[in-house]
Amino acid sequence: MTTRSVRALSGALKPLFSPRSPQGYVVAVCHQTHKSTYTAPPARYGGRHTVTLIPGDGIGPELAKHVCELFRFCCVPVDFEVVNVDSTETSEDDINNAIMAIRRNGVALKGNIETNHNLPPSYKSRNSLLRTTLDLYASVMHCQSLPGVRTQHRNIDIITIRENTEGEYSSLEHENVPGVVESLKIITRTKSLRIADYAFRTAREKGRRRVTAVHKANIMKLGDGLFLECCKEVASGYPEITFDSMIVDNTTMQLVSRPQQFDVMVMPNLYGNVVSNVCAGLVGGPGLVPGANYGENYAVFETGTRNTGKSIANRNTANPTAMLLASCLLLDHLKLHGYASMIRKAILSTITDSRLHTADLGGKGSTSEMVQSIMDAIQSTGPRTQRH
Amino acid sequence: MALYRVLSSSPNKPANALQSTLLNMQETIREPMVQDPTQFDVLVMPNLYGDILSDLCAGLIGGLGVTPSGNIGANGVAIFESVHGTAPDIAGKDLANPTALLLSAVMMLRHMGLHGHAKKIETACFDTIRDRKVLTKDLGGNSKCSEFTEAICQRMKDMD
Repeated sequence: MTTRSVRALSGALKPLFSPRSPQGYVVAVCHQTHKSTYTAPPARYGGRHTVTLIPGDGIGPELAKHVCELFRFCCVPVDFEVVNVDSTETSEDDINNAIMAIRRNGVALKGNIETNHNLPPSYKSRNSLLRTTLDLYASVMHCQSLPGVRTQHRNIDIITIRENTEGEYSSLEHENVPGVVESLKIITRTKSLRIADYAFRTAREKGRRRVTAVHKANIMKLGDGLFLECCKEVASGYPEITFDSMIVDNTTMQLVSRPQQFDVMVMPNLYGNVVSNVCAGLVGGPGLVPGANYGENYAVFETGTRNTGKSIANRNTANPTAMLLASCLLLDHLKLHGYASMIRKAILSTITDSRLHTADLGGKGSTSEMVQSIMDAIQSTGPRTQRH
Repeated sequence: MALYRVLSSSPNKPANALQSTLLNMQETIREPMVQDPTQFDVLVMPNLYGDILSDLCAGLIGGLGVTPSGNIGANGVAIFESVHGTAPDIAGKDLANPTALLLSAVMMLRHMGLHGHAKKIETACFDTIRDRKVLTKDLGGNSKCSEFTEAICQRMKDMD
């Protein structure tokens, strides 16, 4: 037997003999009064995980290739099931196939699927469909100042938690009178409580001290008022965490002048979009920040700011950091913490070298050079790598 | 319609370099606005986005204490206002920074066609702030509101 297959076999046998078997997890979840943030471990076969990979558009496919390359190099026990979604197609077959694959595997890594604005209004955003169908209710972005990246503000460490399935993205619009469009923003008590609970649980698990709810309840008294009320209700169950709220326009102003004051932020869909993008800009831009979408049963990882990068596609200039860090989040989710920290450490050490910085960071480096440097950094930490 | 005039020290774009570019909110808000806001000139948007973006821009140039604004209606009806709070803690103590309201008044003068006066007051105000000798507390100085105003008036007298 080769070394690799021995390792694979021992990996397969581990769950049977380890005290933390999958059955143990199921029992633990049933007995908990509050549902854990930990979702059920996805299916494992032969010690290897199968993960759905949706390359998407723009820079998505090339970054997906780099992730596959890096995982192969590090011998990560993950097999990707690639599902392509054609954004030019009006039929929903592609996205339904992708959703089915994610249901099967439980976990996915995706690039952004372009939403063509020239298609009729009945055409729903594929990304949005994916999130709502799989009920990926929490979009989490951890924006941290990275060493080696020059930004105006330093020491930023903000977790933004955005409600991902309702709010202004409910796609409920009508035009009863020509030239007068009404757009419905849906805020429900159930989903607001759910996202608030997720935020506080995450804050507690990560040892965070403060949760700020971002809203516009002075104007949207019923909608955002309900959201705020739900947050306050949940906050009362977490006395060790300080809860406060801030109106969204003041929040953006404070973010660009004194971002260090923020810790964990929870907000409805649209404000989450705005605030998380501002935070990403503050720590160095969309090329650096990974994003995660969590639901009760599924998790999908992608770049934090969800853009296709169409203008820089196939030029080998995209910053792979966001996608690679997203793949580390994926590995953490699969409990492959060893691989996750190894890759993350290599990425962070590469980022400190400004000669390798890609165009978005003001440098002239290429995507492949950065990925190569990351692989070299991993190689230098020890064995367990495989060059082609 | 609310107009915010966000002024910074970077050179103005030439008037004939008008580019109408449709940007979606996401492209505007992320890296570009926060890291290189000088690429933007005039932004037009619906109410909520305007609320958010205008405060964001105000944060980039020093806060609401120095940001002027105007609300323009049909037939030239307009109300110009500063959009900072009422600051009850410093009310009546001659400590407030009058820049926001003063620059809003300058916007009003321009709206009325009194461009000469507007230019004079604006220049005097900017020069006083640039000079850094007489600044109110929020801008890092120790002067009173009346002293700051007096400095601006003095500059205008010197201009004549």
